[in-house]
Amino acid sequence: MSSSRTRPVNEPEPAPEPGFLGRWLAHALAPPRRVHRLPDNRWRPLEVAFWIAPILWTLVLPSYRLLASQVFITGLFALSLDLILGYAGIVSLGHAAFFGAGAYTAGLLAAHGWGEPLSGLAAAGAAAGVLAWLSGFLVVRSSGLGRLMVTLGIGLLCYEFANRAASVTGGVDGLTGVAMRPLLGRFEFDLMGSTACAYSLVVLFAAFVLVRRLSASPLGLSLRAVRDNPGRAGALGAPVQRRLRAIFTLSGVLAGVAGGLLAQTTQFVGLDFLSFPRSADLLVMVVLGGVGRLYGALVGATLFMVAQDRLSGMDPMYWQLWLGLILVGTVLFARGGVLGGLDVVARLILRRRSR
Amino acid sequence: MLLRLTGVVFDGIAYGSLLFLISIGLSVTLGLMNFVNLAHGAFAMLGGYLCVTLMERAGLPFLATLPLAFVGLALLGALLERTLYRRLYGAGALDQVLFSIGLTLVAVAATTFQFGSGQQPVRLPEFLRGQVQILGLGLGRYRLFLVLLVVALTVALQLLVDRTRFGAQVRAAVDNRAAAAGLGIDVDRVFTLTFALGAGLAGLGGALGIDVLGLDPTFAVKYLVYFLLVVTVGGAGSFRGPALAALGLGVLDVAGKYYVPQLGAFVIYAAMVVLLTLFPAGLQGRRA
Amino acid sequence: MKRMLLAAGLCLAAASGRAEDTIKVGLIAPFSGPFADYGKEMQTGIKAYQKVHGDKVAGKRIEVIVRDTTGPVPEVARRLAQELVVRDHVDFLAGFGLTPEALAVADVATQSKKPMIIMNAATSIITTKSPYIARVSMTLPQIATPLGTWAAKNGIGTVFTMVSDYGPGIDAETAFKKSFTAAGGQVVDSVRVPLKNPDFSPFLQRIKDAKPQAVFVFVPAGEQGIAFMKGFQERGLKDAGIKVIATGDLTDENVLDAMGDVALGMITAFHYSTAHDSPENKTFLEAAEGVGTGVHRPNFMAVAAYDGMAAIARVVQQLHGKVDGDGAMKALEGWKWQSPRGPVEIDPATRDIDQTVYLRRVEKRGDHLDNVEFDKFPDVKDPGKS
Repeated sequence: MSSSRTRPVNEPEPAPEPGFLGRWLAHALAPPRRVHRLPDNRWRPLEVAFWIAPILWTLVLPSYRLLASQVFITGLFALSLDLILGYAGIVSLGHAAFFGAGAYTAGLLAAHGWGEPLSGLAAAGAAAGVLAWLSGFLVVRSSGLGRLMVTLGIGLLCYEFANRAASVTGGVDGLTGVAMRPLLGRFEFDLMGSTACAYSLVVLFAAFVLVRRLSASPLGLSLRAVRDNPGRAGALGAPVQRRLRAIFTLSGVLAGVAGGLLAQTTQFVGLDFLSFPRSADLLVMVVLGGVGRLYGALVGATLFMVAQDRLSGMDPMYWQLWLGLILVGTVLFARGGVLGGLDVVARLILRRRSR
Repeated sequence: MLLRLTGVVFDGIAYGSLLFLISIGLSVTLGLMNFVNLAHGAFAMLGGYLCVTLMERAGLPFLATLPLAFVGLALLGALLERTLYRRLYGAGALDQVLFSIGLTLVAVAATTFQFGSGQQPVRLPEFLRGQVQILGLGLGRYRLFLVLLVVALTVALQLLVDRTRFGAQVRAAVDNRAAAAGLGIDVDRVFTLTFALGAGLAGLGGALGIDVLGLDPTFAVKYLVYFLLVVTVGGAGSFRGPALAALGLGVLDVAGKYYVPQLGAFVIYAAMVVLLTLFPAGLQGRRA
Repeated sequence: MKRMLLAAGLCLAAASGRAEDTIKVGLIAPFSGPFADYGKEMQTGIKAYQKVHGDKVAGKRIEVIVRDTTGPVPEVARRLAQELVVRDHVDFLAGFGLTPEALAVADVATQSKKPMIIMNAATSIITTKSPYIARVSMTLPQIATPLGTWAAKNGIGTVFTMVSDYGPGIDAETAFKKSFTAAGGQVVDSVRVPLKNPDFSPFLQRIKDAKPQAVFVFVPAGEQGIAFMKGFQERGLKDAGIKVIATGDLTDENVLDAMGDVALGMITAFHYSTAHDSPENKTFLEAAEGVGTGVHRPNFMAVAAYDGMAAIARVVQQLHGKVDGDGAMKALEGWKWQSPRGPVEIDPATRDIDQTVYLRRVEKRGDHLDNVEFDKFPDVKDPGKS
């Protein structure tokens, strides 16, 4: 103890030295100090294994294909949020606006005769992208709580708008009559959900590859710089506002594609596609899985959806209680979410092995 | 015509003053500790439930439960601040948002468990029910009581901030935390006390609001948007900003619904987005 | 060894035999979240039915598989319906507390050719979305239209309409206005209130200033109704002599006692009241007692579920246990029976329900409030389709 050192009168007491447990925890929970490798975009074996799992699920569990397709779609939606949350540091409570915009676009096209899936999906992405680009101007300009409120406001406005335009959107009752033609001319959207499942998985994978490539590219690296220190990044010459808007637009496109997928695979669009609980649940999913890791979004979405499905018989009050406790616990003790926790465990094991 | 407008404006002011009362705590928390506390709605809700419990179980009259709601929530706020909130002062907005959402979920689940998901009734004393005729205009007695109470509380708070030593410490800490600490102000204690005060006011507002806003477990989330709106548009860390914003919001909302009901909720959200774009720091924001 | 094989064989035979003898009904409704009461009421009705009539029809056991949609999340309802058909091999899809749920599942019924029994969702178009849908509950236009006619013919000349701004609210407003103006009434003003409305004061003020003889209200059942009525009395609208007329959702038995005395004198139109005086209703209410689903009082949703089970039993009986969509619809078309609410019929043309709509007034009976019937419109078809 450094009690022998004289201290000025006003200096506060030094914090007591942490005991053994404290030091061990600090060590275990410290962010990894690994050597920063330049991104080389090679697929690591763990990643390959990760992607085999959904393929297996689709093949081996036919009666769960519907659940699988909805998990994949939510995964894509979560991925789009992680793009702005993890890579640009934008906290959004209104991301469902883009999801809903894509869903209504795809749904309306199909309901009015254009039932071709792939082009409908492209239109969904485009529409959501336009909305994201426009709102990006507002979102990127603000910061902190103001930005949060703007995203929330945009989400709420879109919801109100869709409710008002009930003659077009079906309002609270929902949009029906979404008649889909067979995918690629051959695969009907069947009752078992097989087509839906394969379709969503392929789209998810394609989007993931795109995003992964992006995050390792110069654009992705500059975004990380912006997230970590916008002032410095700007001083270094990165066009901060433009980059943020670009990523926000891309995120909107992906969210719109996810929405379009859900509309096409369930042949229905409801007002709840745009609702605040959807945005809030999404944020929880991404954080629980681990922000900024891309796979975290997928893991979080899977865990959340599967848990909700399995526990749906339980009184929702318990679901809320546990969700709340897990959130509080995650923020206080396990900032990296599930993947962050796995990281810690992995490092502990490796450290023990190397001894 | 003018009489009708006055009536509508009065209703708006009553609604706005209730929002202001609850939002003060949020404004101070954000301005002083830079903490995005989305659990503030839950504090108001718990205050309401405390009031109902005291009325039903202990048989207390409504007016007696009000100071108890204030004290109860102030204590709870102090406890939470010391144990949980303190750890997250330096954390990013995301962590704070998620933490407070988590707390809100726990509060909602707990109240659902304890009270069920239905609306809670409140028995107002006789002299606060009905209307009173002033200059040919019928004003709701309870709403009049609300406005007067909030005005009194605001004056008291302003006096607290302007004339007392504690108030000076709060103002110093809001302006420059490091310098205030350097001058020997126990910033930690200031934080705890202000947080407690804010939570207590929220609880009081929740209890007062049962008759106007209703009370059920979803209260914490339902009105959160309005509280956040008041604070972001008004600007954190001050009284005048949120007061203006709350009154403006109340009047705009009520007048909008009276004169142009087709627009409905659009007006509020659109106004919020516009105002935030024009005034990113709020109308009169000051931050620590 | 031989004994084990024999035992195994018997078990297998028994198991497969049992599967053949069970009729499975998939019940899809919200059991959690803001609409949790809908599912619980339906379960009350189902359990009451099985208490009175047992769970066997034509030698087969009726098994009800319950699935929770958690609220207005139609994609979950659709997935649950698909899973029930594909995984659990149900014979009937039933329940549907909210319109979006029913609309999303309609396709599944058509594709799988399973009969779908609507026990609550109240929008007219639902039965047109699939040839295998039959409804045993009600539609809002069916209730609001007779109300308009009655009001005009009973001394209410001017009405102010105030409804929540969403599908059911707009449906109710349209139906009421049509029949009210056709019978000679005058609609003074119409206002649509935001769905999540915290404060009715501006609207109440508008009503007061317009000075109509009555106000027609439609808001989601529960807290909004209570808030409205409280404000109504507080602002002196009741004292000014303005009557409140509404569809019976507003004075749902579960909410009525919480509303308190402000509700006295309210006139509503609806297809069911627990105060309905008939032997069938008595049997139903007695059976609904103590089934343990946690509802305060059984209401119209419980009755609809009760009747839904009767419809299912009818189908199983007519088809001798071999249930399919076309056969089921044929068995139900034109079928009449005495429900706890009164006489009802499944319309042969639309597969929707034709029933008596009662006019009721809220009165105090003993220590609680009841909707007491004082007039009726028999054989009302859904005007949305006729």
